[in-house]
Amino acid sequence: MHFAFTEEQQQIGDAVRDALADACPAGVVRAAWAAPDTAVRSLLADLGVLGLNLPEAVGGLGLGMVDAVLPLTEAGRAAAPVALVETIATNPTLAAIGEADLAAQVATGEAFVTLRAPGGYAVDADRAALVLVVEGDRVGVVRAPRLVAQPAVDGSRRLFAVEGDVEPTDADGRELLDRAALAAAAQLVGLSHHMLAMAVDYAKTRRQFGAPIGSFQAVQHHLVDALLRVRFAAPTVAQAAWHVDAGTAEASLQVAMATSLAADAASLTARKALQVHGAIGYTFEYDLHLWMKRAWSLSAAWGDARAHRARVADHLLGAPDA
Amino acid sequence: MDLSFTPSEQAFRAEARAWLAANVPPGPYPSGDTREGYAWHVQWEKKLFAAGWSAVSWPAAYGGRDASLIAWLIFEEEYYRAGAPARVIQNGIFLLAPTLFEFGTEEQKERILRPMAAAEVHWAQAWSEPEAGSDLANVRSTAERVDGGWRVSGQKTWCTRGAFCDAIYGLFRTDPATERHRGLTYMMVDLHQPGVTVRPVERLDGDESFAEIFLDGAFVPDRDVIGQVHQGWKVAMATTSSERGLSLRSPGRFLATTTRLVDLYRRHPDPALRDRIADVWIQARAYQAYTYQTVTRMMAGGGIGADSSLNKLYWSELDLQTHTLALDLLGPQAELLADAPDAVDHAEWLLGFAFALAGPIYAGTNEVQRNIVAARVLDLPRG
Ligand SMILES: Cc1cc2nc3c(=O)[nH]c(=O)nc-3n(C[C@H](O)[C@H](O)[C@H](O)COP(=O)(O)OP(=O)(O)OC[C@H]3O[C@@H](n4cnc5c(N)ncnc54)[C@H](O)[C@@H]3O)c2cc1C
Repeated sequence: MHFAFTEEQQQIGDAVRDALADACPAGVVRAAWAAPDTAVRSLLADLGVLGLNLPEAVGGLGLGMVDAVLPLTEAGRAAAPVALVETIATNPTLAAIGEADLAAQVATGEAFVTLRAPGGYAVDADRAALVLVVEGDRVGVVRAPRLVAQPAVDGSRRLFAVEGDVEPTDADGRELLDRAALAAAAQLVGLSHHMLAMAVDYAKTRRQFGAPIGSFQAVQHHLVDALLRVRFAAPTVAQAAWHVDAGTAEASLQVAMATSLAADAASLTARKALQVHGAIGYTFEYDLHLWMKRAWSLSAAWGDARAHRARVADHLLGAPDA
Repeated sequence: MDLSFTPSEQAFRAEARAWLAANVPPGPYPSGDTREGYAWHVQWEKKLFAAGWSAVSWPAAYGGRDASLIAWLIFEEEYYRAGAPARVIQNGIFLLAPTLFEFGTEEQKERILRPMAAAEVHWAQAWSEPEAGSDLANVRSTAERVDGGWRVSGQKTWCTRGAFCDAIYGLFRTDPATERHRGLTYMMVDLHQPGVTVRPVERLDGDESFAEIFLDGAFVPDRDVIGQVHQGWKVAMATTSSERGLSLRSPGRFLATTTRLVDLYRRHPDPALRDRIADVWIQARAYQAYTYQTVTRMMAGGGIGADSSLNKLYWSELDLQTHTLALDLLGPQAELLADAPDAVDHAEWLLGFAFALAGPIYAGTNEVQRNIVAARVLDLPRG
């Protein structure tokens, strides 16, 4: 038992963090509401993140979900306006359904593949070379989708309802959705870190009653409650990624656990961060809402906390009686 | 990252599991917080020690197995999985021993550790005083210099199992000119001597497990001072983190409780509570993942520091949620005591609930833990 990222994994994470700190400040996240981002996506391509879990033969890094956890977390911390969940989730599927050429283009950022969330929508489907869907326990491909735009609370997430003929494949749908949920969970951890950091910084500088508000116990305890949830969610994300990579029998259960904890942690952190900011946090001009809205979206799109707990409950207690 | 267990870790687990399967007595057990129950538990502790399982992570020289922290976590998982008795000697082996390993002299370690693990000498913690609860630095007990040692006076309170123990450890003001954290010394006090009065106090469950200890000139030889004179605060703080952080409540306990809760659900199903069952079961496993991560870091030379307060918040709040949920499942049977004909699982859920309520109070209240995390982890300004 050795529960730690390797030095290389840390280095990749740090590199993504540094690069995004430069190239993806809040203004870039905000700008993506008006005009879809291309710059951050190509930066992530340059860093190898887009092809991280594609085979080396198609220009990927040939790595797995454990390696993806820190880059995803960092993309979350920066609220990078990039549909990274979709890319990391669908990459291994592309290899499995024989789309090697497309995979090579995904790695360089020339092409993008999206995934329709179960019962939901597909991000950036209008720009996607391929829309994948999950039907039953298999992956299907929609090559000529009819799209209906569905404006959403996070203006950088351009959602579309997808209709059209579904070409069935043999690729495993559960594994694909597990990768998506896990990638979302890792981003939620990063989003939470950032919202908490914003709130802590604000609490140190904002003064009322002649003192920094961060010296008031009620404010402190809000922030500690958020930290507590984030701290205990993060290792479960790494653990689930390890189970996915190792292909263990409990991988899907581990993903459900991690996703429920990360979603709850992010929802709570968003709520606490807003409360600590007071009205300034409630403005459109202040940046907190960019992170909050991403957290709301990602904590629900791939199954909310309760849905993932229901999976765990089914495992533990059997399916609920009809 | 490799979350599988090595062959030697697996072998260690198998050995522990086999020994426990063969030796854990069938329950229910008497409460370790009554005099008779304590005596029963001491017999079990002696058996554990004789087989080398009392303090697996200690050096073999003191009766341990030199086990790694990972192996210790494995042992704890197996111990609680087997439903083995609560460790009544924990205040010695898990709380005083780490202090001795860090600050004790060779003579102290030689003299104290083995009889502690062998359940021959019994230890109670004596931090709290009537005026020093959360505000521990407000201790009023004093120690006066005499030939060869100190004469201690004052009142300690809430000493768990103090009425059944042989000795206590705690802080005493050795420098009367100082206040607060300065001028305190960490001492061990033999309770079997003139100048010591121990008065048992019933807890809310009716067990006489608290003790008030009145000291009136009791003698503490120099050899029973741990660390430097007047440096007791530093010595005490260095190891409170092990209490909150790890040794007192390892994940195995909560893994076992939430697994038993799932079993209780099967017997007392209530579909409305499925979500909460999954929630506490998941949290227990999150505590396990977090702890393996922490221990991996510690084995590479890292410390816990103020993070230990986060552990304490997590396990204590989880434990209370778990037992509250069990009572919700039990409905009308929730309030039954063990001798009621309809009692479920010998009323262990009710007893566990009562004890879980103490979790956010003892080992530093959860409000105080949140203050510590705010100041030392989040670096927020002090109020
Ligand atoms: C089951 C049990 C076993 C125990 N065993 C032992 C033992 O073996 N040895 C021992 O020495 N002690 C023991 N204790 C005592 C325990 O350490 C104290 O109860 C604890 O430190 C709190 O002190 P207090 O009870 O005096 O409460 P107080 O300090 O009076 O606190 C009362 C309330 O005020 C809150 N409060 C106090 N200060 C602050 C603050 N600064 N900010 C916010 N809130 C605050 C507390 O959180 C609490 O809610 C035990 C307690 C229990 C319940």
